[in-house]
Amino acid sequence: MSAPILEVQSLRKYFPVRNLWKRRVGWLRALDDVSFAVQPGEILGIVGESGCGKSTLGKTLMGIHTATQGRILFQDQDIAPLKPHQSRKFRQHLQYCYQDPGASLDPRWTIRASLHEPLIVHTDLGEAEREARVREILAAVGLPETHLDLYPHEISGGQQRRVGLARILTLKPSVVILDEPTSGLDVSVQATILKLFLSLQEQFGLTYLFVSHDLSVVRLICDRVAVMYLGRIVEIGETAQVFATPRHPYTQSLLAAIPKIGGARVTDTFALEGEPPSPTNLPSGCRFRTRCPKAQPLCAEKDPALRADWPRQEAACHFAE
Amino acid sequence: MESDLITVRDLRVAFASDAGLAKVLDGVSCSIRPGEIRGLVGESGCGKTTLARAILGILPQNSARIQGGQVLFGGRDLLTVAEGTLAREVRGREIAYIPQDPSTAFNPVFTIGTQIADLMHWKSPLLRDPSFKGNARARREADLARVVEWLRLVQLPNPEALLRKYPHEVSGGQRQRLMIAMALLPEPKLVIADEPTTALDVTVQAQILKLLKGLARERNVAVLFTTHDLGAAYEICDRITVMYAGQEVEEAPVAEFFNRPSHPYTRKLLDSLPSAETGLRGIPGEIPRLIDPPPGCRFNPRCERATAICQQRPAPEQVGPGHSVRCHHRLTEFAA
Repeated sequence: MSAPILEVQSLRKYFPVRNLWKRRVGWLRALDDVSFAVQPGEILGIVGESGCGKSTLGKTLMGIHTATQGRILFQDQDIAPLKPHQSRKFRQHLQYCYQDPGASLDPRWTIRASLHEPLIVHTDLGEAEREARVREILAAVGLPETHLDLYPHEISGGQQRRVGLARILTLKPSVVILDEPTSGLDVSVQATILKLFLSLQEQFGLTYLFVSHDLSVVRLICDRVAVMYLGRIVEIGETAQVFATPRHPYTQSLLAAIPKIGGARVTDTFALEGEPPSPTNLPSGCRFRTRCPKAQPLCAEKDPALRADWPRQEAACHFAE
Repeated sequence: MESDLITVRDLRVAFASDAGLAKVLDGVSCSIRPGEIRGLVGESGCGKTTLARAILGILPQNSARIQGGQVLFGGRDLLTVAEGTLAREVRGREIAYIPQDPSTAFNPVFTIGTQIADLMHWKSPLLRDPSFKGNARARREADLARVVEWLRLVQLPNPEALLRKYPHEVSGGQRQRLMIAMALLPEPKLVIADEPTTALDVTVQAQILKLLKGLARERNVAVLFTTHDLGAAYEICDRITVMYAGQEVEEAPVAEFFNRPSHPYTRKLLDSLPSAETGLRGIPGEIPRLIDPPPGCRFNPRCERATAICQQRPAPEQVGPGHSVRCHHRLTEFAA
């Protein structure tokens, strides 16, 4: 295995919970001791239900949130404690793609102006060089050059999305964090966008962190997948392994909850009760134990760590087999 | 059919906009039998929500134009019934509604108990019970007992305490359970559930679908379940209607629907589901603008099988029991 392109070590992000008088009454542990490494050229899926901390993870990596504790190693440098102006030169290689990248276009700017802007901020290329780069990227996302002089409202939503992607790619990033890139899309459009992600990855040698709650999509496009529950990675491994033999009871329930057309109906078989507890008030020991069908007294006492007991797969459970 | 609970016949609805009239429903027909769970699937913008709202009579009054058609329910055409009668006798009483986003459906400044009490004040089935006539207090007490019983039925823990809480104090899944209870409390004959699980996580979605299906079966309530998620439709529906750009294109029992999709659009929609076998297949092109839609079958610009005849809208054709399709070039061969 080559050196990881991005490595996260015991990353923690706590948000203070304040009462009416702005007094801190507790911590919301959005990320609690998260560690993983991303290899160059791989697509790592990060899945979990809402509130599990997957978006916080993406934003903390980007420096949108400052980490409470832990290290983020990118290009042999710990970028977690850097001030925004110090991390700027790293951040052009680490890009963040919002749910709908098209929505972040300025409605009063032409597509050309929007695409030039990141290059003006981050590079000292001349106008002609910038224009050449912009045209190259625009072709890569499958848009005609005539679109450069249009305004966002003149093109369709799908095309806006492509422009948003182009804007991220003009800086030639090495890692792109995709935050729920397909939620809110219809299935027929979703396939087209996913194909675009895959072709761009090949063309530009990108590494993706694919944050999503849609397991069927993750299964198709990710090389490895990390499952998060209440701020912690409970299982991580190769996608095929995790989907074929989920080890953690939470992963098992999550996979069991996806409707399978033609298969047994989930409404007849699904057994998981309850909803996740509040992240401000976590249960002792294993945080899944309040809903876990396998919970034992040990689970309340000891917080399980990730165990690498299986080939290319790790799970944080005392009783996983 | 006489036995149908509700029949929508050739419904046309347009919305006025700055750019012109958007023809959102273009002659939609469908009927629901008593006790049936009917899926209404299609992509965003296909008119699912407009159809649901037209049935309930809650289309936005200043922009929506009903241009024709009928909604037959209980022997009358709901489109011609006066608004007051509709509000008093039908909406929330005979036809209830479960919204997509349970977090915006509650009023944040009143407790859940107050809001349910208000619902029961107007829509309680006990209002029809002559033994409570003139005795509002006894009715309220009987209603409260029923409310608590229903909150237990939708598996909400500690119902009495819950009634004193505010909507923000309960989770999204619990709010959706409350919505289901509130929709079913007036004992309606039809519940319109508009994407009830879209805002929820998969594990909660599985719980809610299970609950909704169980209660509807038990009480023999018909459900019109709109969704863009074919997996969710597979889970709970008896029959499925597919809509595309304001036209219904195919209607089939659930097994037929997934095994023998006969309309090219249905086929492509099923193929575009991400799966390990088929990989990623989208539908080329985009949905048409509803202000100047293509004539005839609105799928024809994106359809490989389209010919000149597709400029005219095909009539529904029966291809099996309960299975009808509107296509001039329907599929006849199916993968095993």
